[in-house]
Amino acid sequence: MRSSQLVEKYFRTKNLPHIWCPGCSLGIATRSLVVAIDELGLDKNKTVIVSGIGCSSRAVGYLDFNTIHTTHGRALAFATGVKLANPELHVIVISGDGDASAIGGNHLIHAARRNIDLTLLIFNNNIYGMTGGQFSPTTPHAALGTTAPFGVVEQPFDLVKLAEGAGATYVARGTAFHVNPLVKYYKNAIEHKGFSMVETICICPTYYGRQNKSGTAVQMMHWLKDSFVLNTAYDKMPEEKRQGKHVYGEFVKKDLPEYVEEYVGIIERLKGEEDA
Amino acid sequence: MKREDLQLLQKREWCKGCGICVAFCPTKVLIIDTDDKVTIANEDACIKCRQCEQRCPDYAIFLEEASDV
Repeated sequence: MRSSQLVEKYFRTKNLPHIWCPGCSLGIATRSLVVAIDELGLDKNKTVIVSGIGCSSRAVGYLDFNTIHTTHGRALAFATGVKLANPELHVIVISGDGDASAIGGNHLIHAARRNIDLTLLIFNNNIYGMTGGQFSPTTPHAALGTTAPFGVVEQPFDLVKLAEGAGATYVARGTAFHVNPLVKYYKNAIEHKGFSMVETICICPTYYGRQNKSGTAVQMMHWLKDSFVLNTAYDKMPEEKRQGKHVYGEFVKKDLPEYVEEYVGIIERLKGEEDA
Repeated sequence: MKREDLQLLQKREWCKGCGICVAFCPTKVLIIDTDDKVTIANEDACIKCRQCEQRCPDYAIFLEEASDV
């Protein structure tokens, strides 16, 4: 039996089915990226997808683009090199919550601060899945992890606020349930000139779900459906209805000088002075 | 592409039986069978909304042009 044309075109189908667990939404997020790339009509040979380490970072193994599976937390550093060496490439980074905000936390804030023209997609499943369910910087307070058997005592990062505070010029959050807006955010992020970050709220039924008694993959998808509200709708909601709700949407869209253009501009200017 | 030209297809060997497509199908076209795989049980009811395709984590169910198969 054949697979869909979209999958045939953009996936390394010999590596499928992927290793992600039944009901893991990383597959949904990865497909949404491919839909966004297809709708934008990006040239596969001019698109580079870079990832770090973790469940989400496995995505590059399945995607038929120029891909690099790098070291833990360093995807943005490799991507920075790729973009500077060849600014005409579309460079997309896929990272998880641990990879991007713990091990690679400094790369995240400094890539955002520089406003380098990269697109960072953080697939946030609130746990270290690959290594067996340790809590990450985005695991909610009091949730259970194998390293927090009595509940996490820390407060989680809000990745949207973190990226915004660090200087990212496009910031959005989508969920693996709300697929159409998610594809739109991916497209807007890729088209944005400057550092763009889209957080995708994913479900991990195996390691997060089991420990926290979140139910089946279907129940966790219902949770995404019921508890995430578009930011513009949330702003109009009365205070009592906001209880237990989370927000998705586009949060930052602004233009600032882009790092690679600035850098190349200096080189061109100095060359001009030498010639004169 | 017109909706009526689309057909619901599956890649059975990739299905992991998570049931997400079954749960969010608005017209209850799909079931998980005794092998823990998705089965198209009621194709006539399909309104070709693509919700199963969009949310299948395993790319095991999709809509495509019927003539193409």
